[in-house]
Amino acid sequence: MSKRRTERLLSIVVLLLSSRRYLTAEEIRAAVHGYPGQYDAFKRMFERDKDELRDLGIPLETGMNNPFDDEPGYRIRRQDYELPEIRLEADEAAVLGIAARVWQSAELAGAAAGALLKLRAAGALGALEAPGGEQRPSGAPVAPGLDDDQQPRPGIEPRLTTAEPAFGPLWEAVRDRRPVTFSHKAQGRSDATRRELEPWGVVNWRGRWYVAGHDRTRNATRVFRLSRIDGPVTMSGPAGSVTVPPDADVRKLVKDWDVAPPRDHEAVLRVRAGAGYGVRRYATSVTADGDGWDRVAVQFADVPWYAGYLASFGSDVMVVGPPDLREAVISRLKGVLA
Amino acid sequence: MTRGDPAGAQPPVTGGPRGAAPPGKPRMVTSAERLRRLLALVPYVVSRKVVGLAETAAAFGVSERELVDDLNLVWCVELKAPEPYCPIDLSYEGGEIVVSQAESIARPLRLTADEASALLVALRMLAEVPGEGSAVARVIAKLEAAAGAAAAASAQVSIQIDPPNGREVAAQVRAALADGRRVHLRHYVPGRDEATERDVDPMRLLVVEGRTYLEGWCRRAEGVRLFRLDRVLDLTVLDVPAQVPDEAEPVDVDQGLFRPSASDERVELELSAAASWVAEYYPCESVTELGEGRLRAVLRTPDTRWVRRRVLRHGEGIRVVSPAALAETIRADAAAALALYD
Repeated sequence: MSKRRTERLLSIVVLLLSSRRYLTAEEIRAAVHGYPGQYDAFKRMFERDKDELRDLGIPLETGMNNPFDDEPGYRIRRQDYELPEIRLEADEAAVLGIAARVWQSAELAGAAAGALLKLRAAGALGALEAPGGEQRPSGAPVAPGLDDDQQPRPGIEPRLTTAEPAFGPLWEAVRDRRPVTFSHKAQGRSDATRRELEPWGVVNWRGRWYVAGHDRTRNATRVFRLSRIDGPVTMSGPAGSVTVPPDADVRKLVKDWDVAPPRDHEAVLRVRAGAGYGVRRYATSVTADGDGWDRVAVQFADVPWYAGYLASFGSDVMVVGPPDLREAVISRLKGVLA
Repeated sequence: MTRGDPAGAQPPVTGGPRGAAPPGKPRMVTSAERLRRLLALVPYVVSRKVVGLAETAAAFGVSERELVDDLNLVWCVELKAPEPYCPIDLSYEGGEIVVSQAESIARPLRLTADEASALLVALRMLAEVPGEGSAVARVIAKLEAAAGAAAAASAQVSIQIDPPNGREVAAQVRAALADGRRVHLRHYVPGRDEATERDVDPMRLLVVEGRTYLEGWCRRAEGVRLFRLDRVLDLTVLDVPAQVPDEAEPVDVDQGLFRPSASDERVELELSAAASWVAEYYPCESVTELGEGRLRAVLRTPDTRWVRRRVLRHGEGIRVVSPAALAETIRADAAAALALYD
């Protein structure tokens, strides 16, 4: 940590926010402590400082005060810099506290904490802004940036996890509209294929992360599961070079990709009384069949999948028909003995 | 340790040590991070007019000493030209901070796209939980307005929780939580193919890895249990006040809902390419590639009944390497099932 650097950056922010006109690099050097006298060294340092300020989200603008100026200057417009007025009611602040904890141990946790701190700094959490001091029970999780009495009460505890290393770079790519390349391993394959994707969005569907977009390699719309991305994700184009089609619905793309086929076949099963709850949940009829067995009619979608499911019940479920389902279950069970 | 019904078929929750550092712990801070803090610190004090050192230090997750260093740094800022002057004036005498001159940095910096998105995505996820009140929608609207353009990217992330068959139950559970009432429920455990009935004193509703769970004190098991809502067959809110005993320890959701324990049985499986997803779906201790898409997976479980069912389901696709007794039990299961067709 360099105290002098922090001080210099802060001085630049204060200086440019107070100035209505663009200030040239030379004017900034004259006003701010800590820049070297030697020009090239100053230029290099100033470039790094500008990058740093922009990375923090400070809207550093470049422009000319009049068309006859020889070199551009810099300014920060107050309305672009300042967080607009925002004030939350007590119940809203409590909800925000719960939301801020969603990413607790995940990729955007730091961003959530940073946002909360800015909102608190603005005095936005209104009615619940009170001095801390009251102790929470030990072990209770802490929402960064919230006073003790703003800590969400028990009731609901939502969490998102981002264990997949691809999440971070893909979020950045989606945010900045940049194409990416990565290696992808399809399920059940050990060889990865290289893909170049224009990402349209990331979706968490049933607890798993997916990215959807235009696959340049296949020239088609594709969905990839983040856990099947192998190795690093690299940006392969500049910011803003991806156009998301206005009718793209990434949520629907992912949903359709993982869709359950319709249950349009019927099977008749014998299910041991008091067993086979999973099968019975989808039964269209259940009748007693004697000797401690029930006769159960069910709808199913797909023979191989359903045969595996029925085999998992072992000797609690037996297929009466159709014959192809019956044969598939028998061969699955024989496979276990093979 | 608390665990849910050992249904086995639970997704792993892998909470890494990412994210914000614990408050109060000294750590390396870059000048950018410190600048970010300073730009929030000044408005924090300004919006409160006067505020205690200790309270402020706690809010920013720094020690009082670090806070005083920050205040000194801000106070020392001096511009040399056109006339030398110090734009910011403050004092922290008697443990109370007052900023008398904040110049242009009296308001906090706008939210970045990451900051706005982190909160908005989380809020929209919360809005999907059945029974959530109107406050969520109001916060979303206010935050979108305040974030402006920075809010746009958040639309690129979406969260879908739960299959819809748990929604009605979730609303009932929220009502029971709000009124502090006991519930009676029937719950299906696929790993054991059984449905059990019990009385539960609700503690919290957890939404983890896209699934919604009721966490509660189970009066039958006399312990904290988790019930996945889409597996609750039916639920009645009882006219009895919930009584969660003091010893009921809530699950630490950031440590994973289903942590294996040392007393669990160690199971080693060999998976064919077609069954390789099993290693992705269940929390495994280790996964080794065997070539041609085949995997060796080691996992721990308190109840091997779900492994038996999983192997029967995959036929040749899964081979139990160890324990040998489990492999033998599964062969017996298969033989008994085949005998029905003789």
